[in-house]
Amino acid sequence: MRRRPNYLAGVGVTLWLFVVGLPLYVMLGAGVQSRPDYNAGGPLGFPDHFTLDNYVDSFSNGFGRYFVNTLIVTASVVAIVVLLVPPLAFTIVRNRGRTTSGVFRLFLLGLAIPAQAVIVPMFYVISEAGLYDNLIGVILPTAAFCMPVCVLILTGTMRDITNDLFEAMAIDGADTRRVFFQLVVPLSKSGLSTVVVFAALQAWNGFLFPLVLTQSEESKVITLGLYNFQTQHGVEIPGLLAAVVLSTVPVLLVYLFARRALVQGLMGVGGK
Amino acid sequence: MVSLTAPVAKDGHRPARTSGPAGPAARRRTGRPGIGWALPAVVFFALFAVVPLVLVAVLSFTTWSGLGSPEFAGFDNWVTLFHDPVMIKSLWLSVLLTVLGVVVQTPLSILLGVWAAGPQRNRAVLSAVFFVPLLLSATAVSVLWRALLDPNFGVPSQAAWLFGDGNLLGSRTGAISVLVLVSAWQFTPLHALIYQGATRAIPAVLYQAAEIDGAGRVRQFFHITLPQLRNSIITSVILMVVGGLTTFDTVLILTQGGPGTDTTISAYYMYQKAFKGFEFGAGAAIALLLVLVATAVSLVVVRVSGYDRMAGTKEGM
Repeated sequence: MRRRPNYLAGVGVTLWLFVVGLPLYVMLGAGVQSRPDYNAGGPLGFPDHFTLDNYVDSFSNGFGRYFVNTLIVTASVVAIVVLLVPPLAFTIVRNRGRTTSGVFRLFLLGLAIPAQAVIVPMFYVISEAGLYDNLIGVILPTAAFCMPVCVLILTGTMRDITNDLFEAMAIDGADTRRVFFQLVVPLSKSGLSTVVVFAALQAWNGFLFPLVLTQSEESKVITLGLYNFQTQHGVEIPGLLAAVVLSTVPVLLVYLFARRALVQGLMGVGGK
Repeated sequence: MVSLTAPVAKDGHRPARTSGPAGPAARRRTGRPGIGWALPAVVFFALFAVVPLVLVAVLSFTTWSGLGSPEFAGFDNWVTLFHDPVMIKSLWLSVLLTVLGVVVQTPLSILLGVWAAGPQRNRAVLSAVFFVPLLLSATAVSVLWRALLDPNFGVPSQAAWLFGDGNLLGSRTGAISVLVLVSAWQFTPLHALIYQGATRAIPAVLYQAAEIDGAGRVRQFFHITLPQLRNSIITSVILMVVGGLTTFDTVLILTQGGPGTDTTISAYYMYQKAFKGFEFGAGAAIALLLVLVATAVSLVVVRVSGYDRMAGTKEGM
């Protein structure tokens, strides 16, 4: 490639590293300091007296419960998406009827619907269904709003399966179910893991549906817990930032161990 | 007779859905799923995404306080909305924030994406760090920045020479700048990722040819990279527009629409009307307006750019 190092890019990137890194440094640093230490040293001060008290406090302040609730929501959303989307994508790719292309267009249209647009009717529907302030009431719309991107990702993967393989299965006399479980699912693993990560991220980081569809402490998820903590104890910055870190730990772990699937899952947000 | 001609699967599975006698034509049809396979997903999606979207239109013509049943009110909500100065202001604010978002994030993310597309190892490592803001929820990002910008305990208290009294969120300009900055901080990595992928897909031949012609790095960027990124720029801008018009979490947590109503953008005003003022009909009308505006803008971007008439980036090569 080009030999001359790109100094201009180097300067720009260093600046950007500063912009990205500084808030993250404050976030990690503040969380491990006591409040007096933090107030004395300022946000940029180095944590001299390391403590995990803020994290322990977070758990006793209800974050343990929020954590479990968020896990339940995330696992359920992933389960719904994994059960419903693969057969749908399989149909879209292999059944070329007019109805199917209409179905596909419906889901593509869904890509353009922001969750913000439906919170009022969603509140109405969920209340009428008696699911207000119930985790199920959060799970169902969250899963539905994940689906368009998941369909897009998975149909992309399934289109890459060559027709020869389907013909070979057909010659073997395999029925639709066998084709699905023994050919399509195994060969769609990469797309499936992307879908799982995308759905999990949407559910874990989801804020709007829990905000308008739940109320009580028992059904609070972690993002809502953060918001409440912020409005009630906004000046307890070390405790607040410890809770922020806590809410992010699972995502960071996935980032460390399944970076590829995560990055592709996030690209899913871009509908690409 | 029927039992003899019907195909029987050897392994005991349900026979494939074939209508005619077993032959090449019939064989091609086996393994093709019927529409029934899609049905559960379609029903689920219809119930929890399509029905609410239809209902938003219906509810916008009703008054509903959250209790009891919605009552038909004709165009009342719409008339009130278009005479509501806060509503008009919120629409302009949404547009302003969206435009500022596009203007700030597009050059940043193109530069970062093109940079990250390079094969160097250090670029891969740094890109991994740059990616972290995208992993945080919008809630976490807003809470983090609110703490960072706290006038008494945050960064402004440390650098009075730069921030003055430190109350960045107390002025209109300050609050709008913070919202634009925080969105850029969080979403630049996403758009950079789009550009990174697209840059890697540019054929290397183009650069080799340019090098032979003696084009430098800057000319290569403006004459090869940028034109080749055209489709990605459109995709990315559409995403920014839809995302910008529906910004909500950051406003709720960072500014609560203030000072006054200076950052009350439409999505936040909708939430206020519906869930704080219990005027759900008015909230639904704002929501519908937002969907229409976002869709219209996306269509305009696609039409003006000629995206819908292009076969691919390689057209004209």
